[in-house]
Amino acid sequence: MTDNILASGHTACAGCGEALGMKLLTNVLGPNTIIANATGCSEIFTTLWPRTAWRVPWIHSLFENAPAVASGIEAALKAQGREKGIQIVAMGGDGAMADIGFGALSGMLERGHNILSICLDNEGYMNTGIQRSGLTPLYASTTTCPSGKDSKGNDTPKKDLPAIVAAHGTKYVATTTVAYPRDIEKKIKKAMEINGPKYIHILVPCPLGWGFDVSETIMLSRLAVQTGLFPIYEMENGKITSVMKIGKKVPVEEYLKLQKRFKHLFHGDCQCQLAAIQETADANIARFGLMAEAKKEPVPAV
Amino acid sequence: MSPASVLEKMTMMEGSKAFADAVKVCRPHVISAYPITPQTHIVEELSKIVANGELDTEYVRVESEHSAASVCLGASATGVRTFTATTSQGLLLMIEVLYNIAGMRLPIVLMCANRSVSAPLNIWNDHQDSISVRDAGWIQLYAEDIQEGIDMIPQAYLIAEHPEVRLPVMIGVDGFILTHTSEPVELLDQAMTDKFLPPYKPEIYLDVKKPMTLGAFADPDSYMEIRYSLHKAVEDSKKVIKEVAREFGKTFGRFGGDLIETYNIEGAETVVVAMGSIVSTLKELSDEMKSQGRKMGVVKVRCHRPFPDQEIYDALKDAQNVIVLEKAVSLGQGGILGTEIRSLFMEMEDPPRFSNFIIGLGGRDVPMNFLEMLVLEAEESPVPFKFVGLKEELLGGEK
Repeated sequence: MTDNILASGHTACAGCGEALGMKLLTNVLGPNTIIANATGCSEIFTTLWPRTAWRVPWIHSLFENAPAVASGIEAALKAQGREKGIQIVAMGGDGAMADIGFGALSGMLERGHNILSICLDNEGYMNTGIQRSGLTPLYASTTTCPSGKDSKGNDTPKKDLPAIVAAHGTKYVATTTVAYPRDIEKKIKKAMEINGPKYIHILVPCPLGWGFDVSETIMLSRLAVQTGLFPIYEMENGKITSVMKIGKKVPVEEYLKLQKRFKHLFHGDCQCQLAAIQETADANIARFGLMAEAKKEPVPAV
Repeated sequence: MSPASVLEKMTMMEGSKAFADAVKVCRPHVISAYPITPQTHIVEELSKIVANGELDTEYVRVESEHSAASVCLGASATGVRTFTATTSQGLLLMIEVLYNIAGMRLPIVLMCANRSVSAPLNIWNDHQDSISVRDAGWIQLYAEDIQEGIDMIPQAYLIAEHPEVRLPVMIGVDGFILTHTSEPVELLDQAMTDKFLPPYKPEIYLDVKKPMTLGAFADPDSYMEIRYSLHKAVEDSKKVIKEVAREFGKTFGRFGGDLIETYNIEGAETVVVAMGSIVSTLKELSDEMKSQGRKMGVVKVRCHRPFPDQEIYDALKDAQNVIVLEKAVSLGQGGILGTEIRSLFMEMEDPPRFSNFIIGLGGRDVPMNFLEMLVLEAEESPVPFKFVGLKEELLGGEK
C-alpha cells in the first residue's frame, strides 16, 4: 500500500469509526479526488492549521454547504475543461447531510452534478458533545435527548436519508460500514464509474458518543448490520440491487447493551422500547430481504 | 470627444440589463444565483445571455442564496472568476458564507440591489442589507447611478483579484431606483474591458496536481493573526481601489471618484455626506443652491469598506456644518455612517456642527425639496440624530 490519502498523525480519538471510514473510502478514491468537507470532527481532527492530514486537494467552508461548495468546484472544473478523471466528493457527518445541510444536499442532487456525496453517519452531533441529530436512532440517549424520569431518550425514528436521496432520482445509492472494507471498496469503485450524482452512506461508530470501548468499533459496526438495524444495500435507479445478507439474526439487545447510550433501556421497565427497536430491525429485514434463508421476494422500489 | 460622438455611444437601457451586460464583458466562468426582488432582472438577463450563447459560463441555479454564495466559493477556490447577485433577505441568508469567503480571501464579486430588511416585509430600497454586513471583510462600493454601477463591475474584479488585495467585493446599487429604471448609458466595449481586466490566474487553487488544504481550522494560537491580516488587507486595499479607479478613467474616459467623490465642497459652509443614488439629487440641489448664492457641497462615499477616514476628514474639516444622510440604522444606537464620520472629529478643536438624518427607509421617497429642508434645519441648529419625515398619525404618539 502506498501512502494513505488521509495521512496518519491526525488527532481523531482512538477507535474513531469516522477516521477509519474516511481512510478506507479515500484510499479507494485515490489521488485524483477533490474533497469538499463539512464542519465537524472530520475537519477538526485533520486540519489544525498549519498542519493537514490530506494528500488530496481538500476544502472546508461551513457546516451546511459542502454539497454547494462541491457544486461550485464541479462547475469551475467544467468551465476550465479540466473535469476529466477527477472525482469530486462532498463529505460530511449525519448532522451536515441530513439536518443543517439537507437543503444544499437536495439541491446538489437535483441539479445532477457529477459529485459523490458521502454521509459519515455516527448518529449524532459528536463534535459538539453528543447531541441528537435527525439520524440518531430510536431511544438513544444523547445530551439533548437524555434519558430521565420522563424520558427514554430519542423518541423519534432514524430518518431514512438514503431513501430520500434515492427519491431525487440519484442513480446510485449505497450503504456500508467500516466493518467491511471490501464492501466499501466495491461500492466506491462502482460509484466512481457513474456520471452524475451518487451517494454513499457509511455507518461510523463513535466510541465517545455511543459509549463503548475503543477496541469495539468493528464489532459494533458488524452488530449494527447483523441485528438488521443498519441494513447494507445498493439501490440503483430507485431499485434495491444488492443486500448484505445476515446469516443468523442477532437480537437487538446484543447490540444495544454494549453501548452507554442505550444503558437506560436495561434498567426498569423498558420492554416496550426494546420491542420497538426490535420491530425496526425486523422491518428492515423484511423490507430489504436481509435473511440469507429468506425466500426471495421482489423488493418494492422506494 | 465631441458631445455628438458621446451621444452616439449611448444606449437607453434598464439598470439591471446594463449591469448584466457589464458582467458579461468581464467573462465570469461561474455564475450562481437565487431569485429575489429587486435583484431578479440582473440574473434573468444573465440567464438570457448564457442561453443565447453570448457568454461561456457555467450558470448554477441553486436552491438558496446560502448555496449561491457557496457555489461561488467552491468555484473561486477552484480558480475561476465568479459572479452572484442578491439583496435584502437573500444577503442576510448569505451572511455566514460572506464572512467565510472573506476569511478565505476569495475574490468573488457580488452585486447587491440594495433593499430593506424584514419585518415588516418590504421590497423597496434602503441600505440596511449591505450595511449590516459591513464587518464581513468585503470591500463595499456604492453606485450613484446606472453608469457607475456598470463601471464598478470590471473595477471590482480588478480590485478583488489584485495580488495585494485578494478580497471579495460587493457593489451596492439602489434597488428599483437603479435596477428597474432606464438611463442613457455607455456599455463597456469587450476589447477595452479585456485590456483593462486580464483573465484571472490565481496562484493557489484546488488542483489534484498540487494538493492543498483550504479552510483549515485555527486555534487560539493562530486565529488572531489570521484575522489581523484580513483586517490589514481590507485597510490596505484603499491604494489599489484608487489606482483601479484611475486606470479605469484612463481606459474608458470616465472617473467618478475613488474612495469618495466630492462635489462643490470648496468654500462650502455645509457639506452633505451620503451614499448611493440620493447623491445625484444632492448634486442637483447643490447646483440649485449655488445659483442662489448658497454654498452646499456634497461628499459621496463611494467606498464604505475600507472606510475612507482620511479622505472624508479632509473633505469635511473646513465645513461649518456636516450633515450625514443614511438609509440604514443601528437600532438602539443610531446612524452607522454618521457615527463613523463623527468619530473622525474627536480630536479636532473646533469641529463642524454635526447632523445625522435617517432617510428613505423601505423606499420612502426623498424628493429634492425635502433634502433642502433638512439642510436648512441642520444649518439653523445641528440635529445629532433623527429619523426624518415620520408620520405622526402612524406613530400614535410614540415619536
